[in-house]
Amino acid sequence: MNLLNAIFIGLKDIWAHKFRTLLTMFGIVLGVSSLVAMAAVITGMEKGMKESMIAMGGLDKIRIDDEDVPAWQDHLKTQAPGRLIRDVEALQASAPLITTISPEMRLDWRATRVTRQGKSASTSEIVGVWPAVLEMNLYEVAHGRFFCDLDEEFANSVCVIGTGVRDQLFGSPEEEGQEVVPLGQIIQIGGQPFTIVGMFKHYESEQERKLKELAKKQAQEDSGGVKRQRGWSGAKKWGDAFWRKNNVVYMPLNTAWIKFRAASNDDLTPDPRLTDIDIKIADLDLLEPALQQARNVMLVTHNGINDFEFDTQENQINDIRTRIRNMRISQGVIAGLSLLVGGIGIMNIMLASINERIREIGTCKAVGASSEAIFTQIIVESIAVAMLGAVVGLGFSFLLVELIEIASPAQNSPIITAYPMLIAVGFSGLVGVVAGLFPALKAAGLHPIQALRYE
Amino acid sequence: MALVELREIRKTYHLGGETIHALDGVTLDVQAGDFTSIIGPSGSGKSTLMHILGCLDSPTSGSMSLDGVNIHDATPRELAKIRGEKIGFVFQFFNLLPKLNVAQNVELPLIYQGISSRSRKEKSMHALKLVGLEDRAKHRPSQLSGGQQQRVAIARALVNDPRIIFADEPTGNLDSHTGEMILETFCKLHQEGRTIMLVTHDPEIAALTPQKIEIRDGKIALDVDAKLAGKESRFKLRGSPEPNP
Ligand SMILES: Nc1ncnc2c1ncn2[C@@H]1O[C@H](COP(=O)(O)OP(=O)(O)O)[C@@H](O)[C@H]1O
Ligand SMILES: [Mg+2]
Repeated sequence: MNLLNAIFIGLKDIWAHKFRTLLTMFGIVLGVSSLVAMAAVITGMEKGMKESMIAMGGLDKIRIDDEDVPAWQDHLKTQAPGRLIRDVEALQASAPLITTISPEMRLDWRATRVTRQGKSASTSEIVGVWPAVLEMNLYEVAHGRFFCDLDEEFANSVCVIGTGVRDQLFGSPEEEGQEVVPLGQIIQIGGQPFTIVGMFKHYESEQERKLKELAKKQAQEDSGGVKRQRGWSGAKKWGDAFWRKNNVVYMPLNTAWIKFRAASNDDLTPDPRLTDIDIKIADLDLLEPALQQARNVMLVTHNGINDFEFDTQENQINDIRTRIRNMRISQGVIAGLSLLVGGIGIMNIMLASINERIREIGTCKAVGASSEAIFTQIIVESIAVAMLGAVVGLGFSFLLVELIEIASPAQNSPIITAYPMLIAVGFSGLVGVVAGLFPALKAAGLHPIQALRYE
Repeated sequence: MALVELREIRKTYHLGGETIHALDGVTLDVQAGDFTSIIGPSGSGKSTLMHILGCLDSPTSGSMSLDGVNIHDATPRELAKIRGEKIGFVFQFFNLLPKLNVAQNVELPLIYQGISSRSRKEKSMHALKLVGLEDRAKHRPSQLSGGQQQRVAIARALVNDPRIIFADEPTGNLDSHTGEMILETFCKLHQEGRTIMLVTHDPEIAALTPQKIEIRDGKIALDVDAKLAGKESRFKLRGSPEPNP
C-alpha cells in the first residue's frame, strides 16, 4: 500500500471526527504556539537588549559603583567617602591602563524641572559631565558644540540636549515640518537660565526607523487631502533605551556642582558625591590588571575603605544572557509539557478510535491489508493529527504575537523566526509518531479472525 | 491439481481446560469453476473452515494449498497478499467501512495492493456494474438497504478478480426475497466461470449449488448428496443451474 492511500484513509477518519480531533489537537496547538510565540518574544527582547546595550555604550565601558562596605569594615561605614572628583583625578594621575574616565553628577530629575515659556519637559537625566562622556556613552553632537574647558572652569550655564527634550520644548520636526535646532535659546533648569550650545543626534532603533519611514510614505500618499495629525508618535515610548538616550540634558560637571549640588541638597548641605564614574581601558585583554590598578588607587583615596565596586558591561551582558537562558528554559518546559499532554491526548484518542474500529481493521485485513499497512495507516493518522495541530498552532502563534504587540506596544516587538517553528513542527511530528506507535502496533498485531469476531 | 486442496485439517480451541475440535480432520478438493455449498448445523465448524480456506486463520494441523501455493508455510505478510490477490470474501454482516463511500469500499482491496487510483476507479465501477449498483457509487453504506450493502460487499470481493470467492452465510442477515437476489447474483457469477464457496445452514439454498459438502462436528459427512436428492428448492432462480441428480 502506498503512503498516499494511507494518508487518505487516515485523513478520512480525522474528518469523520472533526470536533474530537480538534479537541485532541489542542495540546499540540498550545505547545507549538507557545513555543513559537515565546521564542519570538525572547528574540525581540534579545534584540532590544543588544541594541540598547550598544546605545548605552560599548562593551569596554566599566562603571565604578557604590557598594556597601564589607562586613569586616562595618565599623568604618560612616567614614566611607563615596565616589568623589578626587577619585577621578587620582585615577587619571595613577592608573595608566585607564584611557578614558568620565565622571557624572546627576541632578534629581524630579526636583529639577526643565522648562521653557511655560512648557516643561520630562527628561531621562540631567547630568553634569566632562567631555569624555561623548566617547563613553557614544553620543554624537549633531548641531552646535560640546562643552569646552572654559565652560568647566567657569561653571558656565550652558547645556547640550537630546532631540527628545527639543521635541518637548520647541516642537519636533514632524510637527513643525522642518528641522528644529534651538541653538542659543535659553531654557530653565531648576529655575536657572541655561543656554543651549549643542544638540545630539537623534537615536532610534531599527524598528522605529522603519515605522517612521512607513509613516512618512503614508503621509506622502495621502497628501493633498485634509491635513491630519499623521505624525509618528512612537518616539514617545517612555522608558525605552532610545527614549532615555534622546531625553538627556547635559551640563558641565562643575556647573552641576556649583549651581546645584553645592547648596541645594535637601538639607542645604553640599553634596560633592558623583553619581557615576565610567572608565574605559586600553584593551579588554588587560581588564584584570586595569581593574586591579584602579582598585589600588581608589583604596588609597578611600582610606582603605572598600565602598566601591567595578561593574563591567560584560557582567551586565552575562546577566542578560542568564536571564534569557532562564526564560528559554521555562519556555521550553511549558512548550514541552503542552506537547507531552498533546501527545497523550493523541494516543488516547487513537487507542479509542482503534477500539471502535477493530471490526473494520479485521475487514481490511480480510481484503488483503498486511500488518504493515495497518500500522502505517494508524501511525500516519496520528502524525497527521499532530501535524495538523502544529499547523494550526503556527497560525495561532502569529495571532498570539499580534496580541502581545497590541497588549504592550512599548516593549520590544516579538520577532518570529524560522528556527523555533521548525523545532516546533519537528517535535510535533515526533509526538505524533510516539503517540501513534503503541496504538498502531496494537492494531497491526490484531489477528484477523479475532478482529472480525470482535463485538 | 485442484484449485484448493485440504488434507487432514484440524483446528482445536482450548477454552478453560476444555478442548473443542472445531475441525477434526477435514480433507477436500475444490476444482476451478465449482460452486460449492457448505451446509451444517450451527457450531459445526463451517465458519472455521471458511476462515482457513480464506487464509484468515491457520489450522492447528494439516496442510492446504491454494492455486498451487502451500499455505501452511506462508508468512502473515504472504497470506495478506494471497487474500488481497486471489481471494474474495463476503461476510454475513457485510462488513463495509462506514466512513468510505460505496466506490471507495469496493476499491479497498486494490488500495492495499498499491494499484493506481485510476485503474482502481475503473475496476470498482466494473465490479459495481456486475452487481447492478453502478449508480450508487457515491452513496454511503448506511444509505443502502441490506441487500444492496451485501451486493456492494460482493462487488468488493470481485474487484480484484479473485481465483475463488468465499461467502459465509451471505443471506443470513437478509429477508428471503433479498437473499434470493443475492443467490441469483452468485449463480450469475458461477455461470461466468467463477469459483464460489458458500456457507449456509439452509438445505434449500444448498440444493441450488452443483457441489455440496455437509459438515457435522468438524467432520465432513459423506451422504449429503443422497440426503438432498429429490429435495425441491423453494427458490426458483432465473438461470439457476440444474441441481445434480
Ligand atoms: N475463537 C474461538 N474460541 C473457542 N472456540 C471457538 C472459537 N471459534 C469457534 N469456536 C468453536 O468452534 C466451533 C465451530 O464454530 P464455527 O466454525 O463458528 O461454527 P459455525 O460457523 O458452523 O456455526 C464452535 O463450537 C465454536 O464454539
Ligand atoms: Mg458461522
